[in-house]
Amino acid sequence: MGLLDQRFESGNVFVTSLDNLLNWARLSSLWQMQFGLACCAIEMMAASASNFDIMRFGIIPRATPRQVDVLFVAGTVTIKMASRIKRLYDQMAEPRYVLSMGSCSNCGGPYWEHGYHVLKGVDRVIPVDVYVPGCPPRPEALLEGIIKLQEKVRRESLVKKSA
Amino acid sequence: MSETKTLPTRYVTQPGEIKTSSGKTLRTDEMIINMGPQHPSTHGVLRLEIVVDGEIVVDIIPHIGYLHRCFEKHAENMINYQQVIPYVDRMDYVAAMNMEHGYAVAVERLLKIEVPERVEYLRVIMAELQRIASHLVAVGTFGIDAGAFTPFLYAFRDRELILDLFEMTCGARLLYNYIWVGGLSHDLPPQFIDKCKEFCTYFKPRIKQFNDLLTFNEIFVKRTANVGVLPKDVALNYACSGPMLRGSGINWDLRRDDPYSVYSRFEWQPQLGKGEMGAVGDTWDRHIVRMREMEESVRIIEQALAGIPAGNVQAAIPKRIRPEAGEIYARTETPRGELGYYIISDGSGSPFRVKARSPAFVNLSVLPEIARGGMIADLVLIAGSVDIVLGEVDR
Amino acid sequence: MTAAEILENVKSEFGDSVVESKLDVLQPWILVAPERMREIAYFLRDDPAMQFDYLMCLSGVDYNNGKLGAVYHLFSTVHRHKIVLKAQCTKEDAHVQSVSAVWGTANWHEREAFDLIGIVFDEHPDLRRILLPDDWEGHPLRKDYKVSEFYNGMNVPY
Repeated sequence: MGLLDQRFESGNVFVTSLDNLLNWARLSSLWQMQFGLACCAIEMMAASASNFDIMRFGIIPRATPRQVDVLFVAGTVTIKMASRIKRLYDQMAEPRYVLSMGSCSNCGGPYWEHGYHVLKGVDRVIPVDVYVPGCPPRPEALLEGIIKLQEKVRRESLVKKSA
Repeated sequence: MSETKTLPTRYVTQPGEIKTSSGKTLRTDEMIINMGPQHPSTHGVLRLEIVVDGEIVVDIIPHIGYLHRCFEKHAENMINYQQVIPYVDRMDYVAAMNMEHGYAVAVERLLKIEVPERVEYLRVIMAELQRIASHLVAVGTFGIDAGAFTPFLYAFRDRELILDLFEMTCGARLLYNYIWVGGLSHDLPPQFIDKCKEFCTYFKPRIKQFNDLLTFNEIFVKRTANVGVLPKDVALNYACSGPMLRGSGINWDLRRDDPYSVYSRFEWQPQLGKGEMGAVGDTWDRHIVRMREMEESVRIIEQALAGIPAGNVQAAIPKRIRPEAGEIYARTETPRGELGYYIISDGSGSPFRVKARSPAFVNLSVLPEIARGGMIADLVLIAGSVDIVLGEVDR
Repeated sequence: MTAAEILENVKSEFGDSVVESKLDVLQPWILVAPERMREIAYFLRDDPAMQFDYLMCLSGVDYNNGKLGAVYHLFSTVHRHKIVLKAQCTKEDAHVQSVSAVWGTANWHEREAFDLIGIVFDEHPDLRRILLPDDWEGHPLRKDYKVSEFYNGMNVPY
């Protein structure tokens, strides 16, 4: 789409495809669920504070899963918590995305070997779109994960079903 | 000011029947409301089952374990004692340096080794910087619980400077693996001391700014004064520690009373809650104890920076850590309270049992006692003033 | 008071319940019979010469020789002395008397020891699992614990 304000040379009209318009609208306002589980939550909070500022990407934290587009699973998913995460994911309305932040929700993290109560990766209960590695990932890494998610949303199409 | 002191702390509940003004009788009943585990203000994955009569809390049943990450099982299965340190970090992730410090103190006492002076000074500087960072998170999120979003941004802005100092030293912002048994993993980079002094001079007026913004704000005072009063005998019976204990007026700080490291060489005072805005031991007292502890931490850091001795920080790190069979319980003061490690060694290179006595776990058990009789909105503030970190509660 | 004096006090009250003690280690400990734990706890807390009013830590241990144990680290804020109390039981008959009426903090500590090691604390007001889900099988911190393959349809090992 490019910067909107440079497209208005010929009066207040520009032409684009519906796919582009929808994708641009969706990626520019990915509302996030406040769902910090463990250490990665502190880095997520630091990313939403003024130094790194997630809000300039259009990401606003909301408290209820019914109003959000993206779920940042930030932190270790334990087995006790896994059923709750599944429930929260089911309560989200489509189109919904999941960004797995940190080693623990990617694959179990440092607890992979002897963690009897740790779910080895949140993708065992919900489908994940973007994985952000790190323990914990820096806020800049989280921002890169968000940009990757935005790229993924930009490539979606109403005609072709995404995976 | 005198009006806040006479506000009632407990609201009287009258379940059963209520007579309306038109003469009808309404039957009332108690409800059970579920708060969490996903909730914007439970500070992590804590589930509170609240029995309410209208808006008044009758009983609370906390459910924890949503972040139980099997720390003790990992500690038993590690090849040596140093490998436990990254797991120790991740228990209380907001105050990781203090967790490592406590573990290192415990194992060093078990091994009966002394660390060089330089190591002790650097450990104190890192621990106090981490204390300031942890208290900034605590008061920032406490402000959000009360409805004030701006202090959170101010707190995190200052916290980023501390994280820059940590990153300069050991490469990590949040979970460091820096304080090892017998020493440290890295020595100070050359520009650390100047940058740290710069931070101390920058930060002192910021505490006053924060107090003007939040602590002495009339709305905040009215919401937190006389709320969640923790009496002294209940606090001792429930083994509370840290700002919970000092907020109730008990003068107890492990850095002075059960000394470890070199804290005895510096001039500083534990801060107590005196009931300035309400009863002694309410949530405002615990908040002001945290704010004043940050000032004391800056004092300690400045004194320590002035006298760091020279030395090699890795000189005393043992090549093989093989303590004799025995056990030890060592406790240190983290921003949340008394952190204890009970380590049993069976003479081999890996620990037999490591039990972490976490301050947040113990402090949280007193929540039902102090929140009964208040309103649900008060419960949010009381849970915020206990300052729990679920990684530590659940281990 | 020194550990020897505390041991003398406990022995003079509860002579036959004191099974063993070790005073020449870093932290002296007293091993007592698990059935009389609560009386001994009341005595230690209320006796004016000792006044152990602060239970620092209560841990459950699996000693890997068929015995389980509970270890109590006590501290007195009045007299500033410490002592370690221990109680041991076998795996088949793992019962220790609860001290949650003596120190309120023992409530959650005992629930955790029950959850992870499997020691049943008699007369505890609410003994159920605290960290693991209620329908979890087994006590994970025991040395002979085997991780189960599935829990409610989720694959547990890596």
